[in-house]
Amino acid sequence: MLHTEQVSVTAGRARLIDGVSVALAPGRMLAILGPNGAGKSTLLSVLSGERAPTAGRVRLDGQDLHALPAHHLARRRALVTQHPSAGFAFSVDEVMDIATEIAPLGAAERRRLIADSLRAADAEGLRSRLLPQLSGGERQRVAFARALAQLAAGQRRGTRTATPYLLLDEPTASLDPAHQHHLLRAARAWVGSRGGGCAVILHDMTLAARYCDDGLLLAGGRMVWTGAMADLPVPALEGVFGTRFARLPSPDGDGWIYAATGHPPLDNTDNNS
Amino acid sequence: MSVEVSSMGIGGPAVRRPPLFPTLGLLAAAAVVAVLVALSTGGVAVPLDRTLSHLAQAVGLPGTPLSARDLAVLTTLRLPRIVLAAAVGVTLGVAGASLQAIFRNPLADPGLVGVSSGAALAGAVTMILGVSGFGLAARGLSLATLLPVMAFLGALSATVLILVLARREGRCSATDMLLAGIAVNALGGAGIGLCSYLGDDQALRQMTFWMMGGFGGAAWAQIGPVLALMVVAAVGLMANARRLDLYALGERDAFLLGLDPHRFAVRTVLLVALGVGAAVAVSGLIGFVGLVVPHMIRLWLGPAHRRLLPAVALAGAALMILADTAARTIAAPADVPVGLLLGAVGAPVFLGLLRSRAGRLAV
Repeated sequence: MLHTEQVSVTAGRARLIDGVSVALAPGRMLAILGPNGAGKSTLLSVLSGERAPTAGRVRLDGQDLHALPAHHLARRRALVTQHPSAGFAFSVDEVMDIATEIAPLGAAERRRLIADSLRAADAEGLRSRLLPQLSGGERQRVAFARALAQLAAGQRRGTRTATPYLLLDEPTASLDPAHQHHLLRAARAWVGSRGGGCAVILHDMTLAARYCDDGLLLAGGRMVWTGAMADLPVPALEGVFGTRFARLPSPDGDGWIYAATGHPPLDNTDNNS
Repeated sequence: MSVEVSSMGIGGPAVRRPPLFPTLGLLAAAAVVAVLVALSTGGVAVPLDRTLSHLAQAVGLPGTPLSARDLAVLTTLRLPRIVLAAAVGVTLGVAGASLQAIFRNPLADPGLVGVSSGAALAGAVTMILGVSGFGLAARGLSLATLLPVMAFLGALSATVLILVLARREGRCSATDMLLAGIAVNALGGAGIGLCSYLGDDQALRQMTFWMMGGFGGAAWAQIGPVLALMVVAAVGLMANARRLDLYALGERDAFLLGLDPHRFAVRTVLLVALGVGAAVAVSGLIGFVGLVVPHMIRLWLGPAHRRLLPAVALAGAALMILADTAARTIAAPADVPVGLLLGAVGAPVFLGLLRSRAGRLAV
């Protein structure tokens, strides 16, 4: 299990997150929700071991995350950041190679693992393209494929039973609607087939309700609500975002469709609880 | 269920990298040709066929040995110079490619960003003060031993200074880095000027020729320790290739993929300073090799360092041997400093790179 215990992060005077406890469990997908500046990315960065909390603890299978060396972490967790890097003109294939080198693999196995990951992210057609020349959405799909390949390679190397964790920071932000569903479906499938745990920052409540088991609602660095996504209370959502939400049953019969209407929330829900 | 994806999009054409081993073979052949050309060129004509014939009889094949005089010319005059030129070419090329990954900028070059000028300043101070100035003469230390050490320290100080000056949020922008380089180069230039002002005639002459850059007077006994330092630096940097790839993705991605980026950057910078310090100590200032060679190879093979570094090493060696051969023949019997020659050729190439589409692509 990957979990935080009352973590806080301060930067100068600002409290980015304040006493947040969250757990990623094997086989479950957690949606991290909240307005801009709520501390969602900071929380994910803390969960990845990239950022040390100023107070509280992060633990991976009971061990302090920050006591683990970077190469060990790389086999257990992957983080897809909001702005995937594009420095030198690596091709997509080369980046996938680099990401899978966290473990010594045979050439054939590496090729297969990379092909599987690219296919899952619907990025096969991008293999021989240069990273800096990709569009934002294409880059996001490649970053997702890279994370899948990294964890697959890490699982080959590590003990097969160790749970991998996939952390996604707004992975759907630049994707078209079809690819948004495709990516989250792929993450869901990964959780199922690898037994991993996944946390994903989303702004689309419909996607979150459709693909995630659990939800965590943040505002101003504090946890406002957490629970099963099916129980997400609309008033809490409206209080946090300051806009009215309509929740309709999906015409396809699976889950709910959430829509922010842009109107102010009804007066009796205008608080953060 | 599958979403339609096409190879159209805005992403431009697919890249196809040339295969590595044939390319390395080609470059190795070029290096061998460079060595043979260098061996057979010079004041004393030793035609290539006679050298080959000598080599043949040495391994038991039919052939005729060279005269003792010709053999001495080859083994004591030309060969050490060739070996030194090759080592400096390899070191500067590999050090340049590594700095470019650390700065995450293809325009980083030991000469351009001031690493070499730090080494040169330290070297100039050493030459002006002399061994006695450091109170080391009594301990049997010679200038040849002291110079590489001082040059290394100078190179290291300059590198650290540039990293500190040009880094913002873990990234060195081209502008900040070049500006920091200008500052460090100016500082080095001022210091060297001061040394020239203070030095006596003999020290001044020695210093001036040293800084123009060249391999004149290379002898086995003198180049031994410096060669060892360059080999250590070059091998250390080449062994870094995989981690350089991670680092080139960005510090954040490097950490997420299992590299401790800060420790790695410090270690790489130390190796670069060691190699460049040794190269500058023995051959003075030779610019543009560390910039142009990695750049050309990157355009050809792509930026992955496991492919890039061996190719850069071979190309750097071949280029430096040929440049040195040209330097000692174009105005024979005069020995034109190879640093001047490469500067004259390299500067326009650099300007071209700055303007070219290719130069921007590799950023």
